[in-house]
Amino acid sequence: MSPTIVLTVAIGGLVATGVYLLTSRHLTRVVLGVLVAGNGVNLLIIAAAGRAGRAPVLDPDGEITLETAAESSDPLPQALVLTAIVITFAVTAFLLAMAYRTSRIEGTRGDDVVRDTSPQGRSRGEAAPPGESTDSADSSDGPASSRQQRGAPRGAGGPVLGAGNRPAGGGADGEAR
Amino acid sequence: MRVLLPLAVLLPVLGAALTLALGSHPVAQRWVSVVALSGVTATAAALLFGAATDGPQSVVLGAWPAGVGISLVADRLSALMLLTSSVVTLSVMLFSVGQGSTGDTERTPVSIYHPTFLTLSAGVSIAFLAGDLFNLYVGFEVLLVSSYVLLTLGGTAARVRAGMTYVVVSIVSSLLFLTGLGLVYAATGTVSMADLPGRLSGLPLAVAVGLQLVLLLAFGLKAAAFPLSGWLPDSYPTAAAPVAAVFAGLLTKVGVYAIFRTQTVLFGGVDSAAVTTGLVVVAVMTMLVGILGAIAQNDLKRLMSFTLVSHIGYMLFGVALGTTEALGAAVFYAVHHILVQTALFLVVGLVERAAGTTSLRRLGGLGGAAPGIALLFLLPALNLAGIPPFSGFIGKVALLRAGAEEGGFSSWVLIVAGVVTSLLTLYAISRAWAATFWSGRATRLDPEVSPETAAARAHRVPPAMVAAATGVVVVVTALTFVAGPLLDLSNGAAEDTLDVQQYSSVVGGLDTPPADGSGGTDSGEKAP
Repeated sequence: MSPTIVLTVAIGGLVATGVYLLTSRHLTRVVLGVLVAGNGVNLLIIAAAGRAGRAPVLDPDGEITLETAAESSDPLPQALVLTAIVITFAVTAFLLAMAYRTSRIEGTRGDDVVRDTSPQGRSRGEAAPPGESTDSADSSDGPASSRQQRGAPRGAGGPVLGAGNRPAGGGADGEAR
Repeated sequence: MRVLLPLAVLLPVLGAALTLALGSHPVAQRWVSVVALSGVTATAAALLFGAATDGPQSVVLGAWPAGVGISLVADRLSALMLLTSSVVTLSVMLFSVGQGSTGDTERTPVSIYHPTFLTLSAGVSIAFLAGDLFNLYVGFEVLLVSSYVLLTLGGTAARVRAGMTYVVVSIVSSLLFLTGLGLVYAATGTVSMADLPGRLSGLPLAVAVGLQLVLLLAFGLKAAAFPLSGWLPDSYPTAAAPVAAVFAGLLTKVGVYAIFRTQTVLFGGVDSAAVTTGLVVVAVMTMLVGILGAIAQNDLKRLMSFTLVSHIGYMLFGVALGTTEALGAAVFYAVHHILVQTALFLVVGLVERAAGTTSLRRLGGLGGAAPGIALLFLLPALNLAGIPPFSGFIGKVALLRAGAEEGGFSSWVLIVAGVVTSLLTLYAISRAWAATFWSGRATRLDPEVSPETAAARAHRVPPAMVAAATGVVVVVTALTFVAGPLLDLSNGAAEDTLDVQQYSSVVGGLDTPPADGSGGTDSGEKAP
């Protein structure tokens, strides 16, 4: 089995691009990264099927023997990759919904950057901000309450990493508020 | 017996469909869920009985020839894990029914909880019963996608934030798994676990080890083995109590199960000292780093999550040694650990409900207000630490004995790390217990949680929740009394996984057609 160089390069390029995008703090890029890397891996399975251009499994007499099977393309990876594509699709849809929900919760600044929470709060403190994991948890917390929780950590917490295309003064509005 | 195999998957799937249709009838939903999960438990018990008396069972769905279609296999390992997991899902379902809803508030969308939970159960069943690598992947995806929904139930800020990390990490591990799958197929031309052992051992050593490492990396992420465990303590504590309990009990152990299979069935014939040494290092680091993390925590849920990570190391301990006794002890430990972690997380759910918080700085003196909860916490906690009469002790001793029999430097490193971890677990657990139930109220108590309100809250814990948690604690404690037979069964499960010939002939693949010899082979074209 020897896959073509084009497929190999495409797989490598797609996965590399996907991994690069996954490291971003912009959720939209993370979603795109999952999509691109997922397609790269799906392509890998297709490449594992062997040489391109062979006939599908088809025999006029309806009989598939070992000889005809060796001549035709391998149907198993195609079945596998179909399943994998569907799974990638479903997971991407869910991620998009999560990213949308995050942007609704995290505030009204019109971006999709995930910011640090307070390092103190994460490493030694509570599992979740008070009032969120207890039975007074409230699914309808508006931007005001969440911004209040996140306001203090950001003031103390340091710079927003990876906020590539935000203007340099973008971090200042946290302090301003 | 073979007809029962698909039932373990079909029952929860049908239940999920039914509960989805019954979205506006919560009472009917609860009945359907409980009946479906009881059915799975009964099926799993029957499968375990069948596997123990008649040997491994397998069925290929849709009348495809073996090696091509979807095959389900129940040997003693699969059946034992399936039975344990179905007991856990059933108890957690009863707990959440007792809680009155899915989790915390009347405002969370209750209607999707039951279908998602049942789908999770179906995914776990598929993963445990899968006879080929690709269906293992599908099982993983089914349970992971369900877990995404369950973890972010309600969509609060904390859960969406923790959920994003969890989802992205899980997707990365799934992509790694899929990459490994594609590479395995490219190298061997099959994904059937019946054919893979023979074909993988025929590969050049470097290729086989490369494939093994990709798969171990993917499963290690799911099992939360040391360098890949950072996601777990950040995501589990935000989930609703029953969700956290079922995650803690099952999800990481499905990863451990996959590591079992990878190391024994798939790559049993590939002998690489480097991989074994790597596993020893990972096991030691998982145990020690996990428990040191637990000691540093001031929140009961985070503390429990770190002990969960730490004790995954014990199972890797057994896998790293690789002898029948060590694997048997690891299987026993996995059964014990699934139940004990579920029990602890359920009791932490009771604590949260009774006291309104899980922060150790704000908790205190709960033992007076709710002595029952204190006892329910103490029993599995001592069990987890490995205090003599309990099953945790027996599992640890079995592992240590297997290590001592093996001898050698790495075995002794594992033994020392195991003993130290057990000791530190006792410290972490007793500190948590003292702070929660025993401590001086005056200094610790938050003004808003005075002893009076704590007592009043303790009375508000629904009896059904306590009953469900008590049920799991009783099962965990009962493991002590059936430890002998269970250890024999675990050793039998280890023999089943190590007996690759038997496994291949039962599952039946392209290379080893079952009886009629109808399976063709394309190995001439594919195998290098």
